[in-house]
Amino acid sequence: MKAFLILEDGTVFEGIQIGADREVVSEIVFNTSMAGYLEVLTDPSYAGQAVCMTYPLIGNYGVCKDDMESKKPWPDGFIVRELSRNFSNFRADFSIQQFLEENNVPGIAGIDTRALTKLLREKGTMNGMITTDAHYKLDEVLPKLKAYTTGKVVEKVTCKEKYEIKGSSDLSENGAISGRARFVPTDYEAGKRERKPSLVKALNGAGMQVALLDFGMKDNIAYSLKIRGCNVSVYPATTPASEIITANPDGIMLSNGPGDPKECAAIIEEIKKLYNTEIPIFAICLGHQLMALATGADTYKMKYGHRGGNHPVKDLATGRVYISSQNHGYVVDMDRLDPGVATPAFVNVNDGTNEGLNYTGKNIFTVQFHPEACCGPQDSGFLFDRFIDMMKDAKAEVTR
Amino acid sequence: MPKNPNVKKVMVIGSGPIVIGQAAEFDYAGTQACRSLKEEGIEVVLVNSNPATIMTDRDIADKVYIEPLTTKVLEQIIEKEQPDSILPTLGGQAGLNLGMELEESGFLASHNVRLLGTTAATIRKAEDRQEFKDTMERIGEPCAASLVVENVEDGVAFTNTIGYPVVLRPAYTLGGSGGGIAHNQLELEEILENGLRLSRVGQVLVERCIAGWKEIEYEVMRDGAGNCITVCNMENIDPVGVHTGDSIVVAPSQTLSDKEYQMLRTSALNIISELNITGGCNVQFALHPTSFEYCVIEVNPRVSRSSALASKATGYPIAKVAAKIALGYTLDEIKNAITGKTYASFEPTLDYCVVKMPRLPFDKFLTAKRTLTTQMKATGEVMSICTNFEGALMKAIRSLEQHVDSLRSYDFSALDSEALLRRMQKVDDQRIYVIAEALRKGIDYNTIYEITKIDRWFIDKIAILVEMEHALETQPLSLELLKEAKRLEFPDSVIARLAGMEESAVKQMRDANHVTASFKMVDTCAAEFEASTPYYYSCYDGVNEAVETNPPKKVLVLGSGPIRIGQGIEFDYCSVHATWAFSKAGYETIIVNNNPETVSTDFDIADKLYFEPLTPEDVENIVNIEKPDGAVVQFGGQTAIKLTESLMKMGVPILGTKAEDVDAAEDRELFDKILEETQIPRAAGGTVYTAEEAKEVANRLGYPVLVRPSYVLGGQGMQIAISDEEIEEFMEIINRIAQDHPILVDKYLQGKELEVDAVCDGTDILIPGIMEHIERTGVHSGDSISVYPAHTITPQVKETIAEYTRRLAKALHVKGLINIQFIAVGEKVFVIEVNPRSSRTVPYISKVTGIPIVDLATEVIIGKTIRELGYEPGLQREAEYVAVKMPVFSFEKIRGAEISLGPEMKSTGECLGIAKTFNEALYKAFLGAGIDLPKHKRMIITVKDADKGEAIEIGRRFSKLGYTIYATRSTAKALNDAGVKANKVNKLQQESPTVMDLILGHKIDLVIDTPTQGRDKSRDGFLIRRTSIETGVNCITALDTAKALATSLENKNDNPLTLVNIAEL
Repeated sequence: MKAFLILEDGTVFEGIQIGADREVVSEIVFNTSMAGYLEVLTDPSYAGQAVCMTYPLIGNYGVCKDDMESKKPWPDGFIVRELSRNFSNFRADFSIQQFLEENNVPGIAGIDTRALTKLLREKGTMNGMITTDAHYKLDEVLPKLKAYTTGKVVEKVTCKEKYEIKGSSDLSENGAISGRARFVPTDYEAGKRERKPSLVKALNGAGMQVALLDFGMKDNIAYSLKIRGCNVSVYPATTPASEIITANPDGIMLSNGPGDPKECAAIIEEIKKLYNTEIPIFAICLGHQLMALATGADTYKMKYGHRGGNHPVKDLATGRVYISSQNHGYVVDMDRLDPGVATPAFVNVNDGTNEGLNYTGKNIFTVQFHPEACCGPQDSGFLFDRFIDMMKDAKAEVTR
Repeated sequence: MPKNPNVKKVMVIGSGPIVIGQAAEFDYAGTQACRSLKEEGIEVVLVNSNPATIMTDRDIADKVYIEPLTTKVLEQIIEKEQPDSILPTLGGQAGLNLGMELEESGFLASHNVRLLGTTAATIRKAEDRQEFKDTMERIGEPCAASLVVENVEDGVAFTNTIGYPVVLRPAYTLGGSGGGIAHNQLELEEILENGLRLSRVGQVLVERCIAGWKEIEYEVMRDGAGNCITVCNMENIDPVGVHTGDSIVVAPSQTLSDKEYQMLRTSALNIISELNITGGCNVQFALHPTSFEYCVIEVNPRVSRSSALASKATGYPIAKVAAKIALGYTLDEIKNAITGKTYASFEPTLDYCVVKMPRLPFDKFLTAKRTLTTQMKATGEVMSICTNFEGALMKAIRSLEQHVDSLRSYDFSALDSEALLRRMQKVDDQRIYVIAEALRKGIDYNTIYEITKIDRWFIDKIAILVEMEHALETQPLSLELLKEAKRLEFPDSVIARLAGMEESAVKQMRDANHVTASFKMVDTCAAEFEASTPYYYSCYDGVNEAVETNPPKKVLVLGSGPIRIGQGIEFDYCSVHATWAFSKAGYETIIVNNNPETVSTDFDIADKLYFEPLTPEDVENIVNIEKPDGAVVQFGGQTAIKLTESLMKMGVPILGTKAEDVDAAEDRELFDKILEETQIPRAAGGTVYTAEEAKEVANRLGYPVLVRPSYVLGGQGMQIAISDEEIEEFMEIINRIAQDHPILVDKYLQGKELEVDAVCDGTDILIPGIMEHIERTGVHSGDSISVYPAHTITPQVKETIAEYTRRLAKALHVKGLINIQFIAVGEKVFVIEVNPRSSRTVPYISKVTGIPIVDLATEVIIGKTIRELGYEPGLQREAEYVAVKMPVFSFEKIRGAEISLGPEMKSTGECLGIAKTFNEALYKAFLGAGIDLPKHKRMIITVKDADKGEAIEIGRRFSKLGYTIYATRSTAKALNDAGVKANKVNKLQQESPTVMDLILGHKIDLVIDTPTQGRDKSRDGFLIRRTSIETGVNCITALDTAKALATSLENKNDNPLTLVNIAEL
């Protein structure tokens, strides 16, 4: 069936319908990762947006359920050049088509995704509609598109109740160390599948208790703590600060999440209270922006954001550059930082925008990029260890 | 970190002559690096024995030494030039080894020269098998487990710890004989026992078998501060077991999920960090197809063939960045030249699919085994870019120029399913066509996968192409079907053939419905940032983004496609120089080429680069967009020449010599007429189509005769026939490929072969010099040792050659370059062939004479006269230097290839010896080609009867040089009878020790073996020659070459070589 992608500037792309047969209006963004479409689809930060993959061949290795970053796909729509008619991977459970259909995600394939990307780059992120109605009327559609906002999406994506994840007590629980995973055909046939390979070589965080605020968390944030031995309590986004403080965790993590950080006024108020404690805090993406807003800094919407797995970020303390996984449309305004409160820790090498903050006099550091990777490079995974060391130091300080 | 201020003068080591496994990619890397260094104000001293390279041009480096690449020569150059640093990581394995030797001997330290880039300790860690394994083990990176065993019990015990199957490799056996793969204990014991017996030292390596695993590569960059990135990853469609150089490779990987992709990426970064590499590096992995298990196969601590491919696939200039890193810059300080906004410290992301296919030389070596193994055999490669995999594969196939344009180009339809499956077991260059036929016959993916271990995703893609073939054959050609076929990059000709239409009808249907190719940009960033570099590829499913330009003058330069025997790097040299010359003259330049190894496909050579197949249809797509004012075809070898007619039909004027004149040189009858008019003699001959006609002409002329197809390069298919039977055999071989043009049969003349390259402006002609071949006629000019200036002919012959050249150039209305080959029999000069275009010898003669022939030819094409360019027409004064061009072969790489020289070209590359005297130049040339004698002072002579007289003289000379001569019976008798002492050895079928035992004993320096006339029918001679090559013994098959070698040895002394800086000539 034919499908159409109509943009707010009146541009129309004609393609073929994929996934659910349903009309949708959303904010159109693009992601430049060449692998990892499933991780993108299941990243809750895409709630309220439709994603265009710039890599043209999508679905090649099907859907490996183990690789999902949350329980379901979140984007409003999926835009690709070509969806592979067949998939091939030893872990694949089913096709991406099936996944989209079963989860009611509409999409469009067979369009010139590069042309769309160039348009978004030049004009900035735009709203758009995916429809199979060939009789669309632009004058009716365009006002609808202009009116669309992602709104308060954090509430939609956060967990409803607090839950616990037990830290690994033995390295073997993490699955095989990267590269050593052996294939035992009988095990595989018996359904005992290999877990993803682990890079962690020591249980650095054994015994640590982390409170993780879920604003739309990618599972690998919690998993990155778990495989290092940390016990993790995952809290809904709206949890009052007092509840977390009472639980007396060794550290607090603020997760990634969707939408405009300024929509989260109530949450920001709670984060202010967390800031005022001595509990070490590490925040990622939306969490990083919320902490900045909570401490008097400002954020703004970028022209078309950073979404992909190839963004270089520079650690200003060491000069080292890491390639990072990114997904954000808003950024902390570096010009309006109070050095008494926070100083830049990381910057983006491409455009010089802020990628992380160190909070002056506090055990708090936050990053805009995704050290948990998935999808994308694992170069900055050491930041979880840095957080664990910070928790350890703070604990030692208290006992002394 | 800013640039290291102490680096002011750098010596760059090139990779020497082109051989299989070390080809044009190092000219590309070296040229890019030299330009990058000069950009930083650094004085560059370049050493490379290969004259056909762009890197050895005087405008690329400040000091250029075309000298043999030996440590002794490099030491001499270092002493003379006193560079403060050397850069050895851009000249392939050859350059790297030399750098290491200089470092290890302490020479660099004692001369205060630092090794730039990766340190010697790192190179050792990466190159030494045991050290590498230990290092990998230490950081937890797995290698395939292996152990050397000396008895069966140890082998079984070890295998039990690593699991079956295992590969067994006996130590020191020829070509891996006695080895194999064991799947169980029974097989293991059997193979092991046999292998231990065969191995000279009684050792067998037992290794975990990873054949059939996915082969994945990562190109990694790291700077001195420890920042690292991966430029690109690549997936080999052929699994582990086929050398990546011979595999079909796709970028980026297609069948890896992010988990596998990142697992291997992280591993690659860990490895490069642990090895402390600064610069570019290539890491190869074997990944188990159904688990997360992987093995590190190999690390190349330098830029490589794969890095050239990765550079072209992504637009990321690896060699340039590696050079900047060597100077001390960090990745975040180096600008990305494509976007001008981002920095080198980011990872390219592609929004297209890249396919690389190898160009294998089996059309040249008919007797060679086509099997693909871990020994690379490809001489070159093509790359293609498209928005889908199927399209990229189709484009790559037609870029190969091996008479293939689709998956039907090899016909296996006669095989039934069973035979197909058997055929599929054979891993060779035709396997992809076998798979396509299997799919046509309905064989399922799993069966194909089980045999080939090619991932089902790729099999499905091949199936999509097969389904399209079927649809085109069975359905009426609807617009929808046409669009889809074009999206999959089916050329019009193939669509027409399948749909039973005329090609023009398909074209008309496309034009009427606006089904046209559009062009997309390679920008390193999937359109995330604006890019200004016009590097384009075509597709049929998107909007065109090629920027329209309307400069006053616009020229299309057609490149030479994949490197193959007969059409090598020389033509890239010519294309690049022509492009630069046009640019200087104010033209906007456009290059079309498909070879990722070359300088011409670097994005900053021409104003625009189109990375496309060089077929009429693909070129027409570009012409439609660009509307060039003209095209030049005379620099891109036969590939470009073949496009002449099509370009004219498109209405593109051919700049320089007109197409009809090119035709006149190739067309027998037209050419005969010109020779008649100009009163120039040639060997008598005739044109034929059938074996019957050929025999008739041959008998009229009298044997021996030369048989060859017209319009070929490198003498492909050319043979000397001495009998009717041979005529039949050769005609059969030539006619296996449908010939558009007649076959030529000429009387074979024996004499001195001479060659000129000249520039003609329509009135005047400039001849830089005359080259003379050492080997008599019958050996292809590309395989002959060539000497400039011609040193054994009389001034009268020289004058005749100059006069004939003048007459021919004028008669053919040449505007630009012309290459002519002559035979001199006594004082009489005959013309052999005329090529009104650039030739293999153009770079060489340009460098020796200091006359920039390509630049002059380009200026002439634009409209200048030779006089206006400041040259006096005619044969130029001879240079003060003698230059000897020595062919270099890659026979050891291609099992089963016949090595004896003949009219068909077999060499893959060349090196140059340049000196004040002929003897020194000759010595340098042999040295540069790796023939460094003596070692044991023992040699074998076995020649055919007709050569015995000459062999005596050669034997006497070697005997005088102190050589012990061994010879087979009749040769020994002839030598002894003439008073040259020769030890008789037994022939192969006689009792031991035979001539073969002697060769295998590794105590022989040299074998002189002349094959019996025509194609050697004797298995003995063939075996002797092959064994020599495979055991590393120099083998000479032409007596003239042997004489030259004797001359060189007679004149050898211990004096240091005199060094020649080409840039000062």
